[in-house]
Amino acid sequence: MSEPFIRFDEVSLRYGGRDGTLAVAGATLDIPKGGFVSIVGPSGCGKSTLLKMASGLVRASSGKVTVGGKAVTGPLGFVGMAFQNPTPLPWYSVLDNVMLPLRIVEPYRSSFRAKRDEYVAKAEALLEVVGLKGFGDRKPWQLSGGMLQRASLCRALIHEPALLLLDEPFGALDAFTREELWAVLQELWLARRPTVMLITHDLAESVLLSETVYVMCARPGRIVHREDVSFARPRRLDVMYEPAFVELVHRLRTKIGDARTEGLRAA
Amino acid sequence: MPANRYLIKLFPIAFVVIIFVLWELLVLWTGIKSVILPRPSAVIYELVTRFPLIWPHAVQTLYTTLVGFAGAIVVGVLLGALIGSSRIAYEAFYPVLVGFSSIPKVAVVPIFVLWFGVGTVPAILTSLVISFFPIVVNVATGLATTEPELEDVLRALGAKKRDILFRVGLPRAMPYFFASLKISVTLAFVGTVLSETVAANKGIGNVMMVASANYETALAFGALLLLAVMGVILYGVFALLETRFAGWAQRKGDLALQTH
Repeated sequence: MSEPFIRFDEVSLRYGGRDGTLAVAGATLDIPKGGFVSIVGPSGCGKSTLLKMASGLVRASSGKVTVGGKAVTGPLGFVGMAFQNPTPLPWYSVLDNVMLPLRIVEPYRSSFRAKRDEYVAKAEALLEVVGLKGFGDRKPWQLSGGMLQRASLCRALIHEPALLLLDEPFGALDAFTREELWAVLQELWLARRPTVMLITHDLAESVLLSETVYVMCARPGRIVHREDVSFARPRRLDVMYEPAFVELVHRLRTKIGDARTEGLRAA
Repeated sequence: MPANRYLIKLFPIAFVVIIFVLWELLVLWTGIKSVILPRPSAVIYELVTRFPLIWPHAVQTLYTTLVGFAGAIVVGVLLGALIGSSRIAYEAFYPVLVGFSSIPKVAVVPIFVLWFGVGTVPAILTSLVISFFPIVVNVATGLATTEPELEDVLRALGAKKRDILFRVGLPRAMPYFFASLKISVTLAFVGTVLSETVAANKGIGNVMMVASANYETALAFGALLLLAVMGVILYGVFALLETRFAGWAQRKGDLALQTH
């Protein structure tokens, strides 16, 4: 296994002062460089908080978050992010939306005007990969939710980030679009190998896409289980019907169920 | 479809014509004295024949309104940007602004006159103070509607607060800003005329005061008509600017004087 890129060391986060809610309690995990990790668990278990701590948007109350060997003390400044809500800027074309990070992140920012043509080509190539070839000059409101989510994925990847943080990006999509985007994401990951942290409710999705799945549980949010996934890449959708796959998903499901009943008993 | 659209554009004109005709007939039938309610034909006749007299006053009112309105835009955008992007500024200033905007502006005119004397300055200031508040509220609201996820995306990319304001906040506030301009420009007219009726020797407000003092009701109505026309024209100008600069919020790209 390669060196850890992201390291959570006994990380906790409490919202709203000393007596506030403990959103994440004592999370410890390593994510190798170029790894693909999924965090699954019921809503309110602190998954998103964990993600925000990795990006530096939220600071841990205790413990230490390290990314690329450096302690995280503020927004990292190079992270690609995508959420369930694709949040396009309505006054930009799809292409300009995809290119937004290039207007902000160095070294692209200072060369944006000079190398605009090159960046447009780059964005168009990426749009083609996600199946939006020729849609670059449309406005966001002309696109369906699934298409916007594809564009949002492009926006997260255009600046070739070393770290990609995805918070339920496929949560609001129909099953067919979701399956298609699973394939797209895997393809992009295999080609560029960014380190990926994916948050999802969908256990099959987590197993299909990632190298390691962490199961979290609520109140307090904590990691209760780790599962390594070793199916050969690239994984095709067929793998989801193999007994080993089904068994793995089932095991994750049971872990979440167990932790919930324990939590209920304790409460 | 296009034929229908042009027809719809004619509706307001047709409506005004119908009202004028009914008004004319009403006055003719009931025999109301022209000092109380002049016929529209008399009003228009008055307006046309005394146009050289009225015109400089109209220019004065227009000038005063535009200067006051320009001031309102500057003040409104600055205050709106401050209140919309800072929680502390919002808590501190908003109640004060609401209090200020609740003051009837007629009550402020005498104070302005006290400070600056009778004339153009009080009119400019009155039109400014009467019209800046909608701009403040709209700019602040526009800035506050930035999605938190989008802000996260940008901050994770290392965007500074200033980046977010210029890339997202201000463009997002544009439709709100232009919507408020359309309201405010008509308010600015109200402010100017208000001040001119109280303390001025020029302007449409002054014309109306003089006309009513001389029982020239037709002239007073003519001045009103002219004000309404100027208001509609300025509203139209800002509606056009809106489609030009914030058209993305309206989805349909056609020129939109008629869409409001």
